[in-house]
Amino acid sequence: MSNATTSSLPARFADWFAARGWSVRDHQLALLKHADAGENALLIAPTGAGKTLAGFLPSMIELSQQKSNAPGGPGLHTLYISPLKALAVDVARNLEIPAEEMNLRLRIETRTGDTSASKRQRQRRDPPQILLTTPEQLSLLLSSPDAAPLFATLRRVILDELHALVTSKRGDLLALGLAHLRTLAPAMTITGLSATVRDPDELRRWIVAHPGKAKLVLAPPGAPADLTMLDTRERLPWSGHGGGHAVREVYERIKSATITLIFVNTRAQAEAIFQQLWRINDDNLAIALHHGSLDASQRRRVEEAMAQGKLQAVVCTSTLDLGIDWGAVDLVINMGAPKGASRLAQRIGRANHRLDEPSRALLVPSNRFEVLECVAAMEAAREGAQDTPPARAGALDVLCQHILGMACASPFDADALYEEVRSADPYVDLERPTFDDCLAFVATGGYALKTYERFAKIKRNTDGLWRVSNGKVAQSYRMNVGTIVESDMLKVRLVHGRALGAGSGEGVAAYTGTLRRGGRVLGEIEEYFLETLAPGDTFLFGGEVLKLQGIVEDEALVSRARSDEPKVPSYAGGKFPLSTYLAARVRKILSTRAAWTHLPEQVQEWLALQSKHSRLPRSGQLLVETFPRGGRHYMVTYPFEGRLAHQTLGMLLTRRMERMGFKPLGFVANDYALAVWMLTDVTARAQQNPTCLEDLFAQDMLGDDLEEWLRESALMKRSFRQCAVISGLIERRFPGKQKSGKQVTISTDLVYDVLHRHQPDHILLRAAREDAATGLLDLARLGVMLARVHGHIVHKALERVSPLAVPILLEIGREPIYGEAQDDILAEAAAMLFEEAGA
Amino acid sequence: MIIGNGREITMAGQVCMADTSGAFYLAGSRTLIVSDLHLEKGSSFARRGMLIPPYDTVATLMHLKRVIEYFDPARVIALGDSFHDRDAASRLSDQSHATLVDLQDKRSWVWVSGNHDPAPPFGLAGEVCDEMHIGPLVLRHEPQVGSCFGEVAGHLHPVARVVTARGSLRRRCFVSDGTRCILPAFGAYAGGLNLRDDAFAALFPQTPPTAHVLGRDRIYSVAQDSCFAD
Repeated sequence: MSNATTSSLPARFADWFAARGWSVRDHQLALLKHADAGENALLIAPTGAGKTLAGFLPSMIELSQQKSNAPGGPGLHTLYISPLKALAVDVARNLEIPAEEMNLRLRIETRTGDTSASKRQRQRRDPPQILLTTPEQLSLLLSSPDAAPLFATLRRVILDELHALVTSKRGDLLALGLAHLRTLAPAMTITGLSATVRDPDELRRWIVAHPGKAKLVLAPPGAPADLTMLDTRERLPWSGHGGGHAVREVYERIKSATITLIFVNTRAQAEAIFQQLWRINDDNLAIALHHGSLDASQRRRVEEAMAQGKLQAVVCTSTLDLGIDWGAVDLVINMGAPKGASRLAQRIGRANHRLDEPSRALLVPSNRFEVLECVAAMEAAREGAQDTPPARAGALDVLCQHILGMACASPFDADALYEEVRSADPYVDLERPTFDDCLAFVATGGYALKTYERFAKIKRNTDGLWRVSNGKVAQSYRMNVGTIVESDMLKVRLVHGRALGAGSGEGVAAYTGTLRRGGRVLGEIEEYFLETLAPGDTFLFGGEVLKLQGIVEDEALVSRARSDEPKVPSYAGGKFPLSTYLAARVRKILSTRAAWTHLPEQVQEWLALQSKHSRLPRSGQLLVETFPRGGRHYMVTYPFEGRLAHQTLGMLLTRRMERMGFKPLGFVANDYALAVWMLTDVTARAQQNPTCLEDLFAQDMLGDDLEEWLRESALMKRSFRQCAVISGLIERRFPGKQKSGKQVTISTDLVYDVLHRHQPDHILLRAAREDAATGLLDLARLGVMLARVHGHIVHKALERVSPLAVPILLEIGREPIYGEAQDDILAEAAAMLFEEAGA
Repeated sequence: MIIGNGREITMAGQVCMADTSGAFYLAGSRTLIVSDLHLEKGSSFARRGMLIPPYDTVATLMHLKRVIEYFDPARVIALGDSFHDRDAASRLSDQSHATLVDLQDKRSWVWVSGNHDPAPPFGLAGEVCDEMHIGPLVLRHEPQVGSCFGEVAGHLHPVARVVTARGSLRRRCFVSDGTRCILPAFGAYAGGLNLRDDAFAALFPQTPPTAHVLGRDRIYSVAQDSCFAD
C-alpha cells in the first residue's frame, strides 16, 4: 500500500485518496487491473475492507475519462445489484460522496419497488450512468420491450453480497437475467463482491458464462475476532431457546459497550429477549428491536437511530445479517445456537468494521446442547472454516417465470434461449426435454389434456419465434415477478388501546419506547402461526404481550394484555437448521473426552453423568436409547442432523413403526435429537430381535414410505403453492385487491390434489418435490445420515430417561408434536361435543 | 375417501343421510342431492390467463359417478352452481359430456339453477327449476334468511376449522340445526367459507348449528362453538 501504487491511479483519484489520508488497497488495484483487461472478477473480502469502493472504482475511473455529450446521453454504464433495497439506497448515497468530491458529474440513481412509476419509466428512456437496483427490478427491466437499447451501452455489473444471493431462488432468477444481459451487452463484465465462502470456485463459475471462471481477488483477512462464550453464573437450562437465564449478564455487557448488536435466530426469541432486557433496564438504555415482521417504517426508524448513534443496543434477527455498515458497533452478542460457522462469522463481522482491529463477539448458548454447538462454532471461527451452503441446481418454477419474461421483452427462438439459459451456472445441467416442459407450461400449462391451446399465454408464430399472446399476459407477468413468496401474512392491528393508559403499569408502555408512533398496525404475522391460536390467547409481538381478539379478513385484531407472560411462548425452534459441518464437529466433541476440558463445568458434569447412566456414541455411531416413562415407551436417538431432517425422519419412522406394530403415539424433534413415544415395549422388542432397530433405520424408508407420506404432506402443499406463484400458474395475492373481493382466487391445495391424481409427473409437481427435498424435508441430508449409521446403531436399554435425553423430552409441549392420522384431531373435537351432550 | 359411511340427521322430521362423500341422500325417495359442482372452473380461470390444471371436471364427475353407483338413486338433484359459469357446459370435453349423459341414464335428473348457472345447461338433459319440494323439504341453491323450515341449500361452501392441542384442520362440512341444512360443495376446485362467517350467523340466529365434518372414513359432528374462524 505504498504511494507508488496509489500513483497508478489517475491524478484526480490519487489526490482524492491522499486528501482523505487513505492509500488504495491491493485488492482495489487488482479489480482495476481485471477491469482494464475486460475480465470478470470475484472479490472476497471481510467486512470493512472497502469492498464497495473496490467494486465501483473501475467504473468511476472509466466514466471520468469518457467523452461526454454523446448524442442521446451517455447511456447506462454500470448496474449494481444488491439483495436489499435499503443497501442499494445506502450505497448510492455513499457513492455520491467521492463522485462529488472529485467532481465527476456522474448520474447515480436507484431503482427499487419504492421508486415512482414515472421515474421508472423515465429511467428506461433516459437511464443514469450508474443504476443501483435489486434482482427483481433487473428482471422487470429485461422483460420490457426497450431492454435491448437500454442495456446496449452497459459495460459493468457489480453484484453485492453475492454469497447471500446465490443460494436462493432469487439467485437463480438473477443468474438467468445475467445470462440474457450477456447476450444484450456482450462487452459487459461482471464483478462479484462476497464475504468469505466455503468454495470460491462455485461463485467464480456462477458469475460468468459456462464453462468460464471469473478471476479471483482475495483481500487479506481482518484481524482474528476476539471471541468468547459466556460462562454463565446461572444454572444452564436443559432445553429451550430463550436464553432468559443470561439476560442480566447480557445486560451488563451492553452497559460496558458503546453499541451492541444482539443476534437471535427467530422472531419469537427476539421478542422474548427484548422484553426481558427492558424488564431489567434500570439505566434506561436505548434498546431497540428489529425483525422482519415489524412494520417497515418502524424498522427504518431503528436503522436510522442506529446510524445516528442514538441506540445502545438492537435485538435483531437475520434481518441485520447483511446490509448497511455501522462503524460504531463494538460488540456482537449471539444468543442461542450459531447454527453455522459462516453465519456466525458474518454476524461477528458486523462489529467494528475496521480491518486492523479485532471484532468483539460473545456467544450465549441457551441450553446445554447449544454449548456444544457454540464450542464447535468457535473452533471453526478460529480456523476460518466455512460452511456456506453448496451451489444449487436452478429451480424450474423460476425458469418458467424467466421464459415468460423473455417473451414479454421480444419474440424469442427456443433453441437460442435454451443455449442462453444453459450458460447460467445453476442451469448448466438442464436437459432439453425439461426446458421444453417449462416452455409448454408457460404456453398452455403443459397438461397431457390439450384443452388450453386456445388460451395460450405465448404462441409460436410461423417465423418460429415465441411471443406473448396479448398485452394482459405481459401486464400479469409484471405484477407477479420475483421469487419471494411471503407466507400468508396477516396485519396485526391494535383495537383496544385502553390498556396503554394508567393502570397497566409503565412497563408495557416503556417496551414500545420512542420508536413507535401512534400507528394502529403493529406489523405482520404469519397466518400459520395464528392458526395455532384461539381468540383470547396471548403472545409476544413488537415487544409486548398481545391478546388475540379475532381475525377479520386479512387482519388479526389484538389488544394489549395485562399479563407479562404470554400463553403461547413461541411458534418455531431455530429457524435455521444446524449446518452439516457444525453437526460433525459437535459429534466429535461428544465422542472425544479430551475435548470436554473446554466445556463449562455444568456441561462436563452432564456428559459425565450420561456416560455413567447410559453411554456416549463413539465417532460414526448412532446412539438409540429406549426406556419406559409414564406408562409409555420412549425411543430417543441423536443424529445431530438438524430439525428439518429429524422431522422427516420422525414422520417416516413412525409410519414404519405403525406398520411394525409399535403403536407410536407421537414424536418431537430438535436440531440434535428425535424422541418417539409408543405403547409397545420397544426395549423388549429390540432385545428379542437384535436386527429390529437396524431394520427400523434402514435406508429404504426413503422409498415407498416417503412417497406415500409426501402425497398428503402439508409441507408438499406449501412447496407447491410457492412454485405455483413463482411459475405464474396463479397470481400473487395483493392485500388491497383481496379485500375488495375483486381478485379471483383458487385454493392451491385443491389444485395440488387434483393435479397429483391426474398428472403426477407435471413440471410443477417436480419443482415442488425438488424444493421440498432440499428445503423443508432435507431429504439429501437424511439419506447421507441413514447411509452413515447403517451397521453402526448402538442400542442402550435403560430403566429411565438418560441425562442426554432430558432436553428433547422437555421440548414435548413446547414444540409441535407430530402424530399420524389427522382425523384424530376431528375425533377429539367431536368427542368434546359428545361430552357436552352428555352433561 | 369412503362413500356411504354417513351420518343420519333429522331434518324437519325426515331422516336424511349426510354422507362422507359430501352428498345428501334421502332414502325414502331414493333422491341424491349434490351441490356446487362448479364444473369447468379450471377452464374458466384459463380463459382469464391462469392455466389451472384442466382435470377438475373429470375429478368431480368421477367422484359423482362413484357416489351414484353406490346409492343407485332414482333421482339426482344438482343443487345449483353445477357449472362454474354460463358457458361452462359448452366447454365440457366430449368425454365429460358422455360421462354426464351416462350418469343421467335411467334416472331422473334435476338442475336447480344457481347464481353461477342461472340458465339451463346447454345440450344436456334434465329438468331445470329454481326450487323444488320433497315432502316437508324445500330445496334451493341459495339459502334464504328468515324462517325456512326444512330448507336444504348449498351456495355457501361451508368448511369447519377444528383446533385441538394436536393441531388444526380445515375440512368441508354439512351445517344443520335440524330445520335447515347447508350442503358442502362437491366440486374438486370449489373453495370453502368458514362456518364462523357472518353469512352463517344470519341463517342460524337462534340455536348454533352443528357442523357435520367430512372425515376420511366417517362424519365427525362438532358444535359450531368448537370450530374456529380462519
